[in-house]
Amino acid sequence: MSRNKFADRRLFFYFLFGGSAVLLLITLFGIQVINNSYKISAENNVIKAVTIYPERGYIYDREGVLLVTNQRAYDLMVTPRQVRLLDTLALCEIINIDLEYFNKNIKIAKRYSTRKASLFLKEISKQTAAQLQERLYEFPGFYLQERTMRQYPESSAAHILGYVSQVPDYILKKDDYYKRNDNYGISGVESSYEKDLRGVQGTQYLIRDVWNRPKGSFANGEYDSLAVNGKDIELSIDIQLQEYAEQLMLNKKGSIVAIEPSTGEILSLVSSPYYDPNLLVGRSRSPNFNRMYKDANKALFDRSLLAEYPPGSTFKLVNALIGLQEGVIYDGTRFTCDEGWRFSAKLKIGCHAHRSPLNLIESIEQSCNAYYCNTFRRIIEKYPTAAAGYENWRNHVLSFGLGKFLDNDLYTGRPGRVPTVDFYNKQYGEKRWKAPTVISLAIGQDALVVSPIQMANMCAVIANRGHYYTPHIVRKVDGAPLNDSTYSVPKYTSIGKKHYSTIINGMERVFIGKHGTAKTARLKDIEICGKTGTAENPHGDDHSIFIAFAPKDNPKIALAVYVENGGWGSTWAAPIASLMIEKYLTGKISNTKQEAFILNGNLMNTEDAK
Amino acid sequence: MRNNKTFFANIDWTLVTIYFCMLLFGWLNIYAANYGEGAYNLISMQAEPGKQLFWIATSCVWIFFILLLDGKFYTTFSYLIYAFMVLLLIGVLIVGKEIGGAKSWYDLGSFSMQPAEFAKVGVLLALSKYLSQLNLNLNKLETQLRALAILTLPILLIMLQPDAGSAIVFASLFLVLFREGIPAVYLTIIGLAITLFIITLKFEILTATIITTVVTILFGYLLKKGRNSIKPAIFSLIIGLGFIQSVGYLYNDILRPHQRSRIDLILGKIDDIHGAGYNLHQSKIAIGSGGFTGKGFLDGTQTKFNFVPEQSTDFIFCTIGEEWGFIGSFITISLFVGLLFRLIILAERQRSTFSRVYGYGVATILFCHFFINIAMTIGIMPVIGIPLPFFSYGGSSLWGFSILLFIFIKLDAYRMDILR
Ligand SMILES: [Zn+2]
Repeated sequence: MSRNKFADRRLFFYFLFGGSAVLLLITLFGIQVINNSYKISAENNVIKAVTIYPERGYIYDREGVLLVTNQRAYDLMVTPRQVRLLDTLALCEIINIDLEYFNKNIKIAKRYSTRKASLFLKEISKQTAAQLQERLYEFPGFYLQERTMRQYPESSAAHILGYVSQVPDYILKKDDYYKRNDNYGISGVESSYEKDLRGVQGTQYLIRDVWNRPKGSFANGEYDSLAVNGKDIELSIDIQLQEYAEQLMLNKKGSIVAIEPSTGEILSLVSSPYYDPNLLVGRSRSPNFNRMYKDANKALFDRSLLAEYPPGSTFKLVNALIGLQEGVIYDGTRFTCDEGWRFSAKLKIGCHAHRSPLNLIESIEQSCNAYYCNTFRRIIEKYPTAAAGYENWRNHVLSFGLGKFLDNDLYTGRPGRVPTVDFYNKQYGEKRWKAPTVISLAIGQDALVVSPIQMANMCAVIANRGHYYTPHIVRKVDGAPLNDSTYSVPKYTSIGKKHYSTIINGMERVFIGKHGTAKTARLKDIEICGKTGTAENPHGDDHSIFIAFAPKDNPKIALAVYVENGGWGSTWAAPIASLMIEKYLTGKISNTKQEAFILNGNLMNTEDAK
Repeated sequence: MRNNKTFFANIDWTLVTIYFCMLLFGWLNIYAANYGEGAYNLISMQAEPGKQLFWIATSCVWIFFILLLDGKFYTTFSYLIYAFMVLLLIGVLIVGKEIGGAKSWYDLGSFSMQPAEFAKVGVLLALSKYLSQLNLNLNKLETQLRALAILTLPILLIMLQPDAGSAIVFASLFLVLFREGIPAVYLTIIGLAITLFIITLKFEILTATIITTVVTILFGYLLKKGRNSIKPAIFSLIIGLGFIQSVGYLYNDILRPHQRSRIDLILGKIDDIHGAGYNLHQSKIAIGSGGFTGKGFLDGTQTKFNFVPEQSTDFIFCTIGEEWGFIGSFITISLFVGLLFRLIILAERQRSTFSRVYGYGVATILFCHFFINIAMTIGIMPVIGIPLPFFSYGGSSLWGFSILLFIFIKLDAYRMDILR
């Protein structure tokens, strides 16, 4: 009783107990009622979004031949927590990996999460997967997950089609549609039409427990979305022509680009050396890619779009057209040629021996250098200053689609170069250069470079008598023709239509003329027009160039052929162009001897001097 | 004369009602936490809900015997019971089963027994017995030391297991000494020490040193008691700074890494929801996702799918929070506040010091468990593994708490007698 004087201290206990309870209640009110983030975290905990992968679109050629399809493959996944391995070596043996790979990837998976599955080995073939499936029960913690890989039944057109791989990191960062290990078109049509081909991923929401075991669907699938399969694409490519072109280019470096002039559709687009697109599929992609990447002949490099060569003598056609348009030459204009054009003792452009003087048509037939040096000089010197004359000339050239990007549906490309006035001002000094200074432009040399596809387009311009449709590779997406004014509206050159006929007559004489530079490549029943060219190669043998279109009236095909280290244009490029045209227009080959010569020709050993 | 009374005479029905409400609500939540885990029958001896029913039933047997025994039994045998409990605590260090690095359990075949849960009864009885001596002066140092010794012995033994949670609960019995008249300055010093402890851990030693110095100078200036207050001020400053240094030493050199990280989590020094903070994070998600009304009985996803650890024992409050929401939290806390206030009211009406001390002890122990347990699930306190009385699954704790509470109910029924 004596200590009841401390009875007031009971208040301390009331305050302590009551105060603590209030503290708990306030905190709980904050967590449970005010703060919403815990509810979201709870949903993230249990609701797992499972991606439903759409099937990637198929790719067909213009005749409906299937070029790209999908095949089943399997990823081996691992959930480190569940791994109970008795016989590691057996697993390694089945999937053909070594212990080092095994340990490394288990460690990576553990670092990511011990509870969640990570990719252990990607893109296992169907056969291996079947073998593994039978014994999978021996390897708890591992399971196979289906995925699709591309398959190329025609084993051709690798550069056009491009390849599909895991989505690269820089895309993952900027595009949240993609998740790690999704498929992604890296190059070619797979890249430029990625959004059409990929389709739309679906999502299924499942309830999972802490061990990631499924516990049924969330809200009866109310929030689920279906996958939408990718769109099928029809290319403008004629796969038969493409494969024939590839055969012709076997063991040669270079490129063939064929275009349908009336539409701008690309009929074939070959870069050689090429490779079987099936090499860049699945697990073999990375070793094959590395091998080709290091290869001196650069099989991965798409020469048809990315190589830039001087156009050589084929460019004389453009200079002739500009000369006619500017009125500095006429059909009957003749220039003498003394085995070349001499300006001074120092400055001379040589030419081969031929009758002199030649008129315009003959100058095309025999590819006279002197004729074009004179023409070019007249074009430039028509104006009071070299710069003004040059600028005028340059604008004509640009109207042929040269010196700028084509801006089409190909995933890559180069603008080429038509040098500007500034370019020469920098090189020689302002007003320190004149027509003779840059006279090599007359014969398609100097600093002028174009890509093979620009060259083929230039040929299509002439075939069309003055206009072109931007070359493109896709005809239809999901069965509907492309509806894009880029490809349906013709682009006109600055040259009057009437001037083309003379030039085209000259191009015909290249085949049928007595002195025609490609007379050995002539075709009996087809009126074919072309022009040889040779691009000087400071590193070795010159590049053989040829452009041609046929038939002369209502042309169906215009093409450009580049054969690196092929010497004269008439040796390799002209016969290849002629074979291509005959094959495309008739489906047959009449000059089988010439075909055999080309097919067996091997220029690969003519290595560039290093 | 007493023998003529009926068995249930003078029983405080408020406490008994609260007790059974808690058992019922607790059991429902243990059932929910185990629900959906497998096909087996939850009300069998293979499952926690079934076993808990068994513990509840056997607790009732204990209650029956406690109410049957004469109230004098507890005063008479309190030291003996204390001694027996101390022996049990020593024994568990020798023959105990090691679980999670601590020797806290006797392995009795199909069941385990945690002596610390029962030792609370013995320690409290001994403390009550000692403090109920006539003319005991708690202002005398000798008395203070003896009372402390009764508490310190089991605390040391429990620290050896080690079981920090139970040790803190025993230490909380110091509050009972405060009610019985130990000078308030002790409580002030303990309060200051705890504040300084938290400041030191939160802001590092150097900052804590500066804060303490500034605060001491400010106080010295404000109180302005003249020159003779300078010496004690400097003295307390030295003690304070020494304390800060030893907290740093304790934290860095004595605490084990997992204990350090639990403290760091609460102080917000580390934020690691996948590693050390995983349990706390998941626990808060479960409680927070319950919202105001909860997801409904058996409809909790976080606890049902095992995102929360120890969900039917130490983290049972997660299930309450998730399935019953803030309403469930409010009910639970209200039950405890009701229980604790009723205990204080009853303790104060005791005529015997023994019963009053015992009542305060029961209230203090239950409060300690209640506050620490819920506070740790919502991140106010570091994770200290102690059960929520009458809610958590477990035989030892339910038996222990039931015995603890019903001895008081029995003592209260005898309140008209003077027990010594
Ligand atoms: Zn000539």
